[in-house]
Amino acid sequence: MDCSLLRSLINRYCAGEENWVDSRTIYIGHREPPSGTDAYIPQRYPDNRIVSSKYTFWNFVPKNLFEQFRRIANFYFLIIFLVQLIIDTPTSPVTSGLPLFFVITVTAVKQGYEDWLRHKADNAVNQCPVHIIQHGKVVRKQSRKLRVGDIVLVKEDETFPCDLIFLSSSREDGTCFVTTASLDGESSHKTYFAVQDTKAFHTEQEVDTINATIECEQPQSDLYKFVGRINIYQGQDEPIARPLGSENLLLRGATLKNTEHIFAVVIYTGMETKMALNYQSKSQKRSAVEKSMNTYLIVYLCILISKAVINTAMKYVWQSDPNRDEPFYNQKTDSERQRNTLLKVITDFLAFMVLFNYIIPVSMYVTVEMQKFLGSYFITWDDDMFDSELGEGAVVNTSDLNEELGQIEYVFTDKTGTLTENSMEFIECCVDGHVYVPDAICNGQILTGTVGMDMIDSSPGAGGQEREELFFRALCLCHTVQVKEEESVDGIKKGLQPCGKSSSVYISSSPDEVALVEGMKRLGFTYLRLKDNHMEILNRDDDIERFELMEVLTFDSVRRRMSVIVKSSTGEYYLFCKGADSSIFPRVIKGKVDQVRARVEHNAVEGLRTLCVAYKTLAQDEYESVCKQLNTAKLALNDRDKKLAEAFDVIERDLILLGATAVEDRLQDKAADTIESLHKAGMKVWVLTGDKMETAAATCYACRLFHRNTQILELTTKRTEEQSLHDALFDLSKTVLRHCGSLTRDTLSGLSHDVPDYGLIIDGATLSSVMKPTEEGSSGNYKEIFLEICRNCSAVLCCRMAPLQKAQIVKMIKTSKEHPITLAIGDGANDVSMILEAHVGIGIMGKEGRQAARNSDYAIPKFKHLKKMLLVHGHYYYIRISELVQYFFYKNVCFIFPQFLYQFFCGFSQQPLYDTAYLTLYNISFTSLPILLYSLIEQHVNMDILKRDPSLYRDIAKNSLLRWRIFIYWTLLGLFDAVVFFFGAYFLFDNTSFTSNGQMFGNWTFGTLVFTVMVFTVTLKLALDTQYWTWINHFVIWGSLLFYVVFSLLWGGIIWPFLNYQRMYYVFMQMLSSGPAWLGIILLITISLIPDLLKKVICRQLWPTSAERIQAKRQCLSVEPSTIFMLSQTSSNISF
Amino acid sequence: MMASSYNAKEEDGQLSGAGGSGGVGAAKSKKPDNTAFKQQRLPAWQPILTAGTVLPAFFVIGLVFIPIGIGLFVTSNNIKEFEIDYTGIDPARPCYNCSQTLTWNSTKSCVCKVPFTLEQSFESEVFMYYGLSNFYQNHRRYVKSRDDSQLNGDATRLTSPSKECEPYRTSDGKPIAPCGAIANSLFNDTLTLYYINPNGTESLVPLQKKGIAWWTDKNVKFRNPGGNNLNNITAVFHGTSKPVNWQKAVYELDTDPENNGFINEDFIVWMRTAALPTFRKLYRLIEKKNNMIPTLQRGNYTLEITYNYPVRRFDGRKRMILSTISWMGGKNPFLGIAYITVGSVCFFLGVVLLIVHHKYGNRNNSAEIPN
Repeated sequence: MDCSLLRSLINRYCAGEENWVDSRTIYIGHREPPSGTDAYIPQRYPDNRIVSSKYTFWNFVPKNLFEQFRRIANFYFLIIFLVQLIIDTPTSPVTSGLPLFFVITVTAVKQGYEDWLRHKADNAVNQCPVHIIQHGKVVRKQSRKLRVGDIVLVKEDETFPCDLIFLSSSREDGTCFVTTASLDGESSHKTYFAVQDTKAFHTEQEVDTINATIECEQPQSDLYKFVGRINIYQGQDEPIARPLGSENLLLRGATLKNTEHIFAVVIYTGMETKMALNYQSKSQKRSAVEKSMNTYLIVYLCILISKAVINTAMKYVWQSDPNRDEPFYNQKTDSERQRNTLLKVITDFLAFMVLFNYIIPVSMYVTVEMQKFLGSYFITWDDDMFDSELGEGAVVNTSDLNEELGQIEYVFTDKTGTLTENSMEFIECCVDGHVYVPDAICNGQILTGTVGMDMIDSSPGAGGQEREELFFRALCLCHTVQVKEEESVDGIKKGLQPCGKSSSVYISSSPDEVALVEGMKRLGFTYLRLKDNHMEILNRDDDIERFELMEVLTFDSVRRRMSVIVKSSTGEYYLFCKGADSSIFPRVIKGKVDQVRARVEHNAVEGLRTLCVAYKTLAQDEYESVCKQLNTAKLALNDRDKKLAEAFDVIERDLILLGATAVEDRLQDKAADTIESLHKAGMKVWVLTGDKMETAAATCYACRLFHRNTQILELTTKRTEEQSLHDALFDLSKTVLRHCGSLTRDTLSGLSHDVPDYGLIIDGATLSSVMKPTEEGSSGNYKEIFLEICRNCSAVLCCRMAPLQKAQIVKMIKTSKEHPITLAIGDGANDVSMILEAHVGIGIMGKEGRQAARNSDYAIPKFKHLKKMLLVHGHYYYIRISELVQYFFYKNVCFIFPQFLYQFFCGFSQQPLYDTAYLTLYNISFTSLPILLYSLIEQHVNMDILKRDPSLYRDIAKNSLLRWRIFIYWTLLGLFDAVVFFFGAYFLFDNTSFTSNGQMFGNWTFGTLVFTVMVFTVTLKLALDTQYWTWINHFVIWGSLLFYVVFSLLWGGIIWPFLNYQRMYYVFMQMLSSGPAWLGIILLITISLIPDLLKKVICRQLWPTSAERIQAKRQCLSVEPSTIFMLSQTSSNISF
Repeated sequence: MMASSYNAKEEDGQLSGAGGSGGVGAAKSKKPDNTAFKQQRLPAWQPILTAGTVLPAFFVIGLVFIPIGIGLFVTSNNIKEFEIDYTGIDPARPCYNCSQTLTWNSTKSCVCKVPFTLEQSFESEVFMYYGLSNFYQNHRRYVKSRDDSQLNGDATRLTSPSKECEPYRTSDGKPIAPCGAIANSLFNDTLTLYYINPNGTESLVPLQKKGIAWWTDKNVKFRNPGGNNLNNITAVFHGTSKPVNWQKAVYELDTDPENNGFINEDFIVWMRTAALPTFRKLYRLIEKKNNMIPTLQRGNYTLEITYNYPVRRFDGRKRMILSTISWMGGKNPFLGIAYITVGSVCFFLGVVLLIVHHKYGNRNNSAEIPN
């Protein structure tokens, strides 16, 4: 009921798009159909050239520059640079041009190189040879020359050069096996079917005689969706029309396996192939830190503009006296005098902007990017996140979100394959209430071929026996498992053939099915193979039973069941249906429903995955009507899915219940520990699963999402049947709010931990009605109440979820009024939507293919790695980048504010305080490396402590290190330091000499003094903040100070021939030759550092954060083993 | 910038996979290296700034800074300095007439005499400064209006000075040497000092005019075109024009070839633009003759000024300063006071921290760490 509703909703949504899809007609082998058919509408198709490169040789420079300057920051710097070029500005264009040029060049070179690689890859792909059939002969051609309508011969292990319709195969049954590993990462072999009427054409000559047209939709990007029709002309008869579906469509990028060769016709080429259409890059996610950084940037831009405005205004006030504006000693040129006043004002404003523009430095962007890029390597390098079984470690797909890992508030996790292993084991089955358990199970492997049964119930009567065998047969027939008769198969490998014949393996995209078929084998019914459309079963008496496979009603996650229609050797038609209990029971009219239901519920509570099996017999005429329904649905070009679903709905009705199965899905290693840690870290964990409630709830208990004292709130279909959704919601919210009230009371009295926490269980149907907009417009209300309930629950379990609903939930939480940061983790294709939706998407390299990992931001091998990912890496990245951002703003306030102050002493003439070289290099080299290094390797608390004590994660929740308060503190600190630098130097210079030879210093010495104090203060401030001093930190911090001194000595030590001024000549050395300058530098550095130091110490003493308490504790234990260990490590392991 | 490249890489991977490698090929062990750096386990020193650890630092700073400050303060107080404003704004002042009549392009010079009394004798070497107020030598238009290459003796720049020198680049079609606003506004008052003997006669105090500029400026940065020791310096500057405000050409600044042309020390001192609008520049040295007699005795003096430099229009002031110098330069109590203040504050803070540490320190250390 719920599913169909959702489906119709989806269909309605997509209908517009599908109606638009205009079809294309393809003539196989470019053969014109017999006259009298529809008029030929010529269409132009692109050639089969894949172009993934962005640039060509000619357009690289302009296009790349355009791309780069579309970034707002680059554009800002470009504007500044242009202003400097155009007007007479205080600083030379080099100061901003050089860094910009550097950044642009590096990026351009990098992008150019990448594009060159892409060109190379493109060429390799486009020029690889393919075999096409022309006039009955096989001809080699370059891949890029393929055209729509060509017939292609593909041999084993070759990759399909474009999207093809499968005509015939070297295999008799017209199937072929394909692996789509490079498309979606699923390495299992999938079966594709040739068009029924062409599968008999086996040679080039025969294939060349096919006279048919294909009508199909225009290309669309969904890999698993294809609708088309083939019309085959034989003689002058009416053409035979056959439906084409995705099972006939071979996709570019997939590889042919275990099939000698196939013939296929080209339908989509080049950039129209489904693979190419899937290239679209994912939407860029931005982290919370980046957002606050942008806010701060705007603040600084405002500061910058207001500074410039103030100075411009002051300048004109000051200049109103002509003797000040133009004293006899400093006259203007004629052109300056004649300039328009307005123009002069604008020029002055721009000049001030340029003078102060360093407050928003180019280098911050570079440093942040570098930090993210380089920092992400620590994730890939992490040994703890390496899984030796898979042979892979964590993968970073985007480094933009590193710090977001430290900000997670909601974790949405998939159950199957994420919390659980997704390696299924058949546990038991239940036929009419009799329970069967296959014996001798050990790690999913059958020890011997002995068939044993343990009947719990009394042995059934004769009728029971028949039912039992029908049940086993049903399970043997109702699946899409393939048998692989060789050992070296990648993919899901399970169960060896016990019968002593060639060893064979069952392969399926669903591990449940493999488990079931294997379980049946242990119970005496062995599925052998599918041969000539006949399924062969070896029964208990070692007889082979053959059933003709008539139709497969494939599984889909909306319907949650699948069916097969088979014809037994005696000519009876059976429909076997297997699916989730909720989708089977409503369709059952006969059978021991109650017993089975009881058993199913019992099993679900145990945490087992249950499936129900039902059947019905079909009479010949019934079968024919079914066939007709299916065929019409399949032949439909538009809305085929909808029509198919309707047909399935009609066919799978009035079933007779046979029994149920139970399959166990084991919990992943350390899943419970991980969940508990996440809880302690203050994250709310939601499990979103397609499984049914009881199973999911059992898993949740097993992985300690729910504790024994968790009070479970249910919001399920069952409950909403009893009372209206409205009442249920209000009841729950009342409960929760009461709890909430008591919580606050108890927190006050300090008893908060005694309060039981709440867990909510909701199912897909209820959820969709909660979210569904109702006509009264009270939906917002429901949603609000629901959110309110969720907010107060520590754990939420959403079961019976469709993939789309998963994304909807994530979106709902994401857009709720607190805008929490969400993380979605999953392993399967059904999790991709939520992975893309959440702030951070994590993919598990699971068994259900690599789609989730490919679409995620980070991929990890196992769920347990999430703990380290968030608690350690996320925490570190957040701490590091927040310091990086704050520090950058701080050091540029220090840098620019003295310049601003200086304007008041130089007649607002835009005279820079510092020399050009200092202006340019301050952010690039003098102060850049220490903070970059800090932001790469700082660790305020040891990794192990972070892991052991998840509550430390709460310290940094809600972007706490980038709050306004802290930002303002840093800015004020910067202002204070700048004032100290400037006025310190001012008073030191106050109208006196401070050398022992009485000589005087000029303005450049003044600036150099301020600059020297600044470089030292800013670097030492970082040194004070550093809590993890490795030898690299020492090297970089002291090294960059030394570099500054050496550079200054060099810069002032030579008359530089390429410069047209020598203002810095010997300035630095003269300054150092004076005693008071040294004393002054030391004094000013001390004054600048003391307030910050004091604040740190006092805050730590009076209001310590929990991280600081941990540090203090560690400090207290003077002889801690880890310290000794560390010391010994230091001595033994000096190299890294 | 990097983010876009990630997408690129991804596409790249897909494509090459499609290109035929099959995607399953490279199953190398991707096991990361287990180095301390890559695992973020480098041995490190992890200092924690607590009240306990910072306390000693504050006391040390206090204990070190206060004596230094006292030393500096005493040194500064021992320096003798005498300053006299000779601008002549007040009609009662001797130079009033000169200041009233003078404009920047008047050719006639005006001489005035300012008497003053030294209450104390200056024992050690005395430095004579002139000071200007409200004179924006640090104005941007002014600061950049010079040509360092020309001043360094570049012959081509001598005849075609830098554009930065505008509007003091050429005069009468001839290039100005030295060009630019700074050179043009060279301070050209001449100050002479007479000691009035107790018997009423005046005796000239000998003023040394060498050693007032930076050694590196005089010997490296500033050079006459064609070398410094040229005798016929006039010929070198042939074809150039004197700065418009100057009364004599650059090669007539002094008779001593070592102190003439661009390497004239008065000129070099002037060319080092001051940081602030009120500044002083070294004018002359008064050397100590012998140990018995103080350099400048207590008593009456007359300062004779050849009043050339107009400052009245922009409310400027001109001063003459006599000062002795210690190792820490001229009289500047700021440094000493600042050191004493910072030292005391640090000491005080140290005490505060000590209290905080004792009162609250134990609480924190024994506090339960909440889990």
